[in-house]
Amino acid sequence: MAVREAEPVGSLQEVKEVGLDREDLLAMYRSMLITRGLEERGHILYKQGKIPGSFYTGRGNEAASVGVATAMGPSDVGTPLHRDMGVHVVRGMEPWRVFANYMGREDGPTRGRDGNVHMAMPELGLHTMVSHLPAMLPVATGMALAFKIRGDRRVALGWFGEGSAGRGDAHEAMNFAGVRQLPMVFICDNNQWAYSTPTYLSYPVDHIADRAAAYGFEGVVVDGTDVLAVYREAKRAIEKAREGGGPTLLECLTLRMEGHAVHDDAFYVPKEMFERWAAYDPIERYRSWLYDHAELTEDEESELTATVKRLLNDALDRAEASPQPDPATLEGGVFASVEDLDTPHHK
Amino acid sequence: MAEMTYIQAISDALRLEMRRDPRVFVLGEDVGVYGGAFKVSLGFQEEFGPWRVIDTPLSETAIVGGATGAALMGLRPVAEMQFADFISCAWDHLVTVAAKQFFRARTPVPIVVRLPSGGGFSGGPFHSQNPETSFAHIPGLKIVCPSTPHDAKGLLAMSIEDPNPVLFFEHKHLYRRIKGEVPEDRYTVPFGHARVHRPGDDATIITWGAMVHTAAEAADELAKEGFEAEVVDLRTLVPWDKERVLEGVQRCSKVLVLHEDTRTAGFGAEIAATIAEEAFEHLDAPVVRITAPDTPVPFAPPLEKAYIPQVEDVVTALRELAAY
Repeated sequence: MAVREAEPVGSLQEVKEVGLDREDLLAMYRSMLITRGLEERGHILYKQGKIPGSFYTGRGNEAASVGVATAMGPSDVGTPLHRDMGVHVVRGMEPWRVFANYMGREDGPTRGRDGNVHMAMPELGLHTMVSHLPAMLPVATGMALAFKIRGDRRVALGWFGEGSAGRGDAHEAMNFAGVRQLPMVFICDNNQWAYSTPTYLSYPVDHIADRAAAYGFEGVVVDGTDVLAVYREAKRAIEKAREGGGPTLLECLTLRMEGHAVHDDAFYVPKEMFERWAAYDPIERYRSWLYDHAELTEDEESELTATVKRLLNDALDRAEASPQPDPATLEGGVFASVEDLDTPHHK
Repeated sequence: MAEMTYIQAISDALRLEMRRDPRVFVLGEDVGVYGGAFKVSLGFQEEFGPWRVIDTPLSETAIVGGATGAALMGLRPVAEMQFADFISCAWDHLVTVAAKQFFRARTPVPIVVRLPSGGGFSGGPFHSQNPETSFAHIPGLKIVCPSTPHDAKGLLAMSIEDPNPVLFFEHKHLYRRIKGEVPEDRYTVPFGHARVHRPGDDATIITWGAMVHTAAEAADELAKEGFEAEVVDLRTLVPWDKERVLEGVQRCSKVLVLHEDTRTAGFGAEIAATIAEEAFEHLDAPVVRITAPDTPVPFAPPLEKAYIPQVEDVVTALRELAAY
């Protein structure tokens, strides 16, 4: 079973066939703008000294994260990573909660217990990552196992990178999911750099998706800067899993357009590589497509941009007003009580 | 009441939980068709079907990580490590994910990991360890170490009911050696409550797991010499019953801490330090620790006997305490 390289999406008609109307298309664009805006403002906050610790962005990955998340069903779940802010945005996390988490405030989803993109809101079907990538893959596999045991028509999505694909967790999760044909989609954000390590030092084959054949399911490589192609392939994989067709490994190829984190100037990435991929900026690319195929007008665009700007400015104000967590509460939150189980996702 | 071995009590508890709660399921290596390496889940697949008694690939990471994911989706997984020693392969999933999940995200992770542990039958360095202290050090994990059939059954039910990750250390050397009266219905034994295995006022022996029985034999021996040592079975290390331990120290004034795990930074050190901090004035003698030495668990019978604390070791230490 060779890996399939996905074609780009062309006309509006083709887009309609995969289930997106014009409103959906604009919503995806809006989510991409919010995603980038959150991270650009986060960067400024960091430089202003308002964000403790370090700071990570997913610049270049906006189409991959938004495309996949848009394809998820309302009751599907996932474990997005630090390049996948777009997933949180699409699933409905309010930007002010993101800023609050960046700044370690009480209203961040982790209430200052964890930082940057180490956060998620379970009520939106997302569960927070840990630094030990790709540890969330076996966890997502367990979510899919729960769906299979109960007969739920739900799908679990597990994210990983081409770097973390080197760890055993990726193998164990994919093997188990393949053996049990679980309703699961593995999403590989292949941004070509694991910190400073290039792909040829991370894996010896053409694609991470090549591995899928070894686990008995389909591997697909898609241009991760093409939000519509990502959406189409993610949708196909998710619905296949929902219908009992087992897992898919979807590899979204992008370039990490910044350093590993804010401290890293990425001197090791060839300049020509950045230049080449800058021509495929996911947001620019999609914007042109919307003008060419979906009759996006300048008025519409400027209104959209202004709305997003306002949203993010308000979010910043609201997050900065959020209190610091109270040190007196530190020791109280280590163990759950029975009442803590009384949540929708535990019922 | 029925007489059961320690392993029958574990099996009975698990079966009763699976009958009363459809969310409870078992996963692990060879737990289905084979019934588990020690036969705890023998016959379970016939009763509950292959999707509630799941044979996994040889993948400890996927077992514990998968249990965490299933728990986040509302199930109550009971994962089996074939031997407690293999939990090292799933360290990340207990320590990095499960233990910290509630603290970070307020999402409880109600999983139980069953860990057949302990030595005494030449299992060698990789089938004999008692790794409970490594995990007692990790905030967010509960640690259970039953020593009797009654407690094994009640503590396993409690572990499954608990909304946190629970490590259930079942001592292999007790599996078929220890029998006892066990209620046939379901019951729970609460965490953090020590049990007096043998009463006495002259010294207090604080221990858990298989060492409870070693301590009791030694205490019986000393009783012939008119020295009555109590044996306090902690039953759970996280949480541990500090109050009961300190009460025993105040009453007896002589203390022996006994465990099968190795010495340095073992849980006995935590107990001894707590006694030094909170009951120093009540001591009539230095706290005595009897533990395995700081070596891997050896294979050859004479070496293993030298490794695992023996009744004679405890008798000697008690005599010294009596004379102090």
